Amino acid sequence: MLKQYSFDETAVQTFDDSTSLAMKTENLQVFYGANHAMHDANLAFPKNQITALIGASGSGKSTYLRSLNRMNDGIATVTGKIWYHQVDINEPTVNIYEIRRHIGMVFQRPNPFAKSIRENIVYALRANGLKDKAELEERVEKSLRGAALWDEVKDSLDKSALSLSGGQQQRLCIARSIAMEPDVLLLDEPCSALDPISTVKVEETLLELQKKYTIIIVTHNMQQAARVSSQCAFFHLGHVMEYTSTGNMFSNPQIPVTQDYIAGSFG
Amino acid sequence: MNAKRTDFLATVIINLIVAAVVGILVFLLAYILISGLPHVSWTFLTGTTDAFSGAGGIGVQLFNSFYLLVLTMLISIPISLGAGIYLAEYAKDNWRTSLIRSAIEVLSSLPSVVVGLFGFLLFVVKFKIGFSVISGAIALTFFNLPLLTRNIEESLSAVSRSQREAGLSLGLSKWKTEIGIILPVALPGIVTGIVLSAGRVFGEAAALIYTAGQSAPVTNFADWNPMDAASPLNPFRPAETLAVHIWKVNTEGLATNAAQLSAAASAVLIIAVLLFNLGARLLGNFLYRRVTASK
Repeated sequence: MLKQYSFDETAVQTFDDSTSLAMKTENLQVFYGANHAMHDANLAFPKNQITALIGASGSGKSTYLRSLNRMNDGIATVTGKIWYHQVDINEPTVNIYEIRRHIGMVFQRPNPFAKSIRENIVYALRANGLKDKAELEERVEKSLRGAALWDEVKDSLDKSALSLSGGQQQRLCIARSIAMEPDVLLLDEPCSALDPISTVKVEETLLELQKKYTIIIVTHNMQQAARVSSQCAFFHLGHVMEYTSTGNMFSNPQIPVTQDYIAGSFG
Repeated sequence: MNAKRTDFLATVIINLIVAAVVGILVFLLAYILISGLPHVSWTFLTGTTDAFSGAGGIGVQLFNSFYLLVLTMLISIPISLGAGIYLAEYAKDNWRTSLIRSAIEVLSSLPSVVVGLFGFLLFVVKFKIGFSVISGAIALTFFNLPLLTRNIEESLSAVSRSQREAGLSLGLSKWKTEIGIILPVALPGIVTGIVLSAGRVFGEAAALIYTAGQSAPVTNFADWNPMDAASPLNPFRPAETLAVHIWKVNTEGLATNAAQLSAAASAVLIIAVLLFNLGARLLGNFLYRRVTASK
């Protein structure tokens, strides 16, 4: 039997004006038809930090993450406000394609395009109007270096991306996202399909990337959250239960549900 | 029976079935080629037909078959590509979409004679186009559309959702994602569909008798201006294809060597289909390698 926890007892931190925020959601709700999958999520994400969203399967953390760059459009109904640069990007009038160029996303399974490594990175750039060859080449190198993949692939940029290993493919997907020079990078369990060595590489990459980007990462791996994030939010059955610094989350959780989850005596 | 014996038995049966299918195919091919090829000569391949008896070469018919095929594909590929993309990507799952799907299925089950008569009444008679390549091509398009649309839709749907998400998450529009990311991956499947439908078009006779006509006026192969009446490229001239020619030689033809003529023409038809399939596949593989950078 799963233990019952009160959804009224939550501990969600807020930030005062001294912290500059990259994004913030207010009363975010997500519905899959009649299924209310996310209740009143109020989270703010400080700039240039890694925020981890943790929780069990079905807790709504991926659903929440996918709402942040409107990837739930056409799949679920999302209400509430998503603040990004003083704009509520959950408004129907917002140009979602523009938004996604600023808020990039990396998925659970590596999903490089069935194209060459170089083409994986430049395709979207070209589609967005960047035609200058030298500039494109520069972006390829910069983003591959950023994703710590350059040394492994610099001699085979014209090879198919599908010939890379899973870990390399995932880092290519990260490179593809950061080539767009986004503000925020959303990662949906980016290491769950990778082996431990690849996972370490991706985590090192993320720690390096937070200097330039704000990163929000969904993970079901608590060790990973502890290793990479500075803020941590715990989701339970579609509710944000606790949001605090990662240190506090793992050493001193405030409410019973989080304590049980961290201690592994959940349900 | 234990698992090992069941497995053995099933393997044997499956192998026998495959052998039977291959055997029938080989027998048919061998029969047609052996009885036809001895009568195929260069003059037969390039010569013209005697309009009265149906005897003589099949040069014009051979060209007509290919020209009709190309014209049909030029019309039907863009339409079915659009329809396939719509059904795979844009259509909502509602009664309107299932109505469209049922309509496509009904269209694919129409007998070719009905399609031919429809084309005859509408294009040849009503629109006064007359027996022509273009009437035939449009009639064959009706034929082709359901097959191709279904095939393109299925090929596109088979591409993983994660590829679409990747495109969208980079700020690419749905359209750009579909054309630039999904379509290249689906290309081999689409080429297979095109090859299959081309085979049907090549071998179709009933629908063409009433639309492209049963006469192959001698054309001037030195004149490639599609506007000229004698040009082989003129889409408004009547154009008996190879399949129609085979039918005609056997039913209305007065040639004394009708059996040899039709056997030879059948052999040529089969070889042409094989060559077309091979060519389309090579082209498809080449394109696939180009767009996906795979070996």
